[in-house]
Amino acid sequence: MSVDLSQFHQVFYEESYEGLDAMEQGLLEMDVTAPDDEVINTIFRAAHSIKGGSGTFGFNQVANFTHVIETLLDEVRSGDRGLDQNTMDLLLESVDCMRGMLEELQAGGEPDMTTPDQLRAKFEAILSGESAGDAAGAGDGSAGGAGDGGAGDGADGGGEGGDGVGWLIEFIPEPQMLQTGNEATRMLRQLNEICEGKMAVTAHVDRVPGFHDLNPEHCYLYWHITVNFPLERTAIDEIFEWVVDDAEINISPLGQDVESAAAPSEAQEAQAPSETAQVVDIAQPQVEASAPAEAQAQAAPKKAPQESSSIRVDIDKVDNLINMVGELVITQSMLGELGENFDMAHVQRLQEGLAQLEHNTRELQESVMKIRMMPISFVFSRFPRLVRDTARKLDKQIELRMIGEHTELDKTVMEKLGDPMVHLIRNSMDHGIESPAERVANGKSETGLVELKAYHQSGNIVIEIEDDGAGLNTERILRKAKENGVVPQDANLSQEQIFDLIFQPGFSTADVVSDLSGRGVGMDVVRRNIAALNGSIEVFSEKDKGSRFVIRLPLTLAILDGQLVQVEDQIYIFPLVSIVESIQYKGSKLSNVGGHNDVLLLRDEYVPIVMLNQLFDIASQEKPLDDSIIVVVEADGEKVGVVVDELLGQQQVVIKSLEENYKKVDGISGATILGDGTVALIIDVSGMSKMSANHTPAQSKNVKPHKAA
Amino acid sequence: MAKILAVDDSASMRQMVSFTLKGAGHDVVEASDGVEAYKIAQGTSVDLVLSDVNMPNMNGIELCAKLRTLATYKFTPILMLTTESTGDKKMAGKTAGATGWIVKPFNPDQLLTTIKKVLG
Repeated sequence: MSVDLSQFHQVFYEESYEGLDAMEQGLLEMDVTAPDDEVINTIFRAAHSIKGGSGTFGFNQVANFTHVIETLLDEVRSGDRGLDQNTMDLLLESVDCMRGMLEELQAGGEPDMTTPDQLRAKFEAILSGESAGDAAGAGDGSAGGAGDGGAGDGADGGGEGGDGVGWLIEFIPEPQMLQTGNEATRMLRQLNEICEGKMAVTAHVDRVPGFHDLNPEHCYLYWHITVNFPLERTAIDEIFEWVVDDAEINISPLGQDVESAAAPSEAQEAQAPSETAQVVDIAQPQVEASAPAEAQAQAAPKKAPQESSSIRVDIDKVDNLINMVGELVITQSMLGELGENFDMAHVQRLQEGLAQLEHNTRELQESVMKIRMMPISFVFSRFPRLVRDTARKLDKQIELRMIGEHTELDKTVMEKLGDPMVHLIRNSMDHGIESPAERVANGKSETGLVELKAYHQSGNIVIEIEDDGAGLNTERILRKAKENGVVPQDANLSQEQIFDLIFQPGFSTADVVSDLSGRGVGMDVVRRNIAALNGSIEVFSEKDKGSRFVIRLPLTLAILDGQLVQVEDQIYIFPLVSIVESIQYKGSKLSNVGGHNDVLLLRDEYVPIVMLNQLFDIASQEKPLDDSIIVVVEADGEKVGVVVDELLGQQQVVIKSLEENYKKVDGISGATILGDGTVALIIDVSGMSKMSANHTPAQSKNVKPHKAA
Repeated sequence: MAKILAVDDSASMRQMVSFTLKGAGHDVVEASDGVEAYKIAQGTSVDLVLSDVNMPNMNGIELCAKLRTLATYKFTPILMLTTESTGDKKMAGKTAGATGWIVKPFNPDQLLTTIKKVLG
């Protein structure tokens, strides 16, 4: 029977990645001085499973590499070896290394073995350096992946002469042999099979006690077997392999004295030779260990990791879904029956049925959305490692605290959230948290704290990144902004406006550009990425107390909280998050600055005005603008006032891609279908404000704002 | 045809074992750790137990020892799937009442050959 093992590869990759995550997490949690047994066990099990699986599924490079790690972890587990920081670092490196190899294999490539081989050599050096004996003990020889069935490969030299004629076997089980589930009859039958029936068995009953002393669960019989067939000695050893400790087994070539058979029986335990071979194997590459280590910096070109297109869904969610579909079917059949011979008398039942249908549909929609929801720990889980490595690089002491890791959000949002968060956390560690000496001088504890918090708030997910560092230095930010010409020299800004400057493109306060952050290419990108997810980011900071970045995101990208507005006969939708306020056109302070672009004076701020009907070329009837509404929206930190005819309701809309169904349209991010079947376009607020900025004056000269002003 | 309880915390190994055994006409019940396997075993009897050694919650050795305390599992063959072919690990398995072992990595054919030793 042949089984195509490649069908199990996907599962193997997935569980291996999970295992690697668990290893990484365990390693980060581990206190080197007092390792927790349970954590070590978890790490060991992960390595062990990866080794077992990779060997089984034919990834011998991974199996061989993992083997040394497993060996080392096994020694730690059994208390034969302590851990030090160096080993921990190596183990963490090896996690990355295994992940890299697996990703490469999954992408259909062949992993570059340079780094793995170097790491392996280092591990082998550790293993052989301190306790060569232990290494030998754990070197079980199965790493080669040859799949040797484990049977009697140690039986070397025991069989000379025997293969030719046959064997004489004495099989004397211990009385308790049956209690391990072994049965003599099965072994005899198997032996009979391989020697093609050419054997004679004598059962001896002299050990059977009297009836009163008889224990029915004991084996009292023993056998003498003569095999008249040229069998390999190993084939016989294999049959009795599992009972060598539960039975006396003497195997001698036919034609020899039974007495002399004692010697070959030792071969049963001759596992040793194969292990010695393994030791040589392990020790060998150690010689070259130091040389290639230098070349480590030269990293292999990395292939783009395959984005996983499958998600794991909690079985409860699926059950729930099936349950709901069941209800939907019931409602459908009920309505179907009602429709078949409809009569006005049944109107009430029809209404009930429709209400039921609405209820079912809504629940079903919610449940389907939930499938895409995953705990944010998928993003958070990479941060302990990041914080640990960065802190070491910066020579700071930083503790990471994570709260609300089980908060769920849409997978797509999550995938796009990782990079901005990495940036913010790095910033907090690099710029926020002070050096231990500075902290102590300021009366803080040596260890800085970075706190990640995630929670749901009114249909949004809120993520906070807070540090107890120096806080934003407003003076320096302002000075830098003036130097860089981001703001005019005489600008007088509120604290909030100053904080906002860090999100400006090309702005950096770092006096020395470090390799971690401070190249000024970050915060504006962070804000843009978050805005692209229909989210917002705010910063709060207090000098010497710390900073807090608050990110607000919709739970999903597939549904949007929208404000419906009417312009002539068209309905448009603004994302609710982008709306600052809505005011009446009548009575607003409008003025014409610079000839053609009108601005609204909103408190002490000038806000450009966009006429939506002109921007989108909607045929308009001449009518006074007095009844119009100005919707003030904010995008990329800039406010824009959009003139619309009327505000309609607010509702959740399902976003449909315009690009997929039509083509990309400037200023529009998507479309949705309203309850009455009409299509409404969703406005891309930042795209729209850019569009209006480039809008030719010729087109806007029809505007007659002074009528109203 | 036999009823086999396959215990492994690794989903890919479990699938491979299960697929192979089913392909050979056996009936397979799966469990992902010792605790789950023991729970299953209490409710049903099987012809063979194949169990991984290293598992969370309850490892294979503990499972083996616990199964032997059940009347229906007193003589049931229990094979350990192990990468550790060293003597002491095998000994621990034997002491707990394991019938034998299959050393990983093994391929489907090796698995079928090995289980033939204890079935029927």
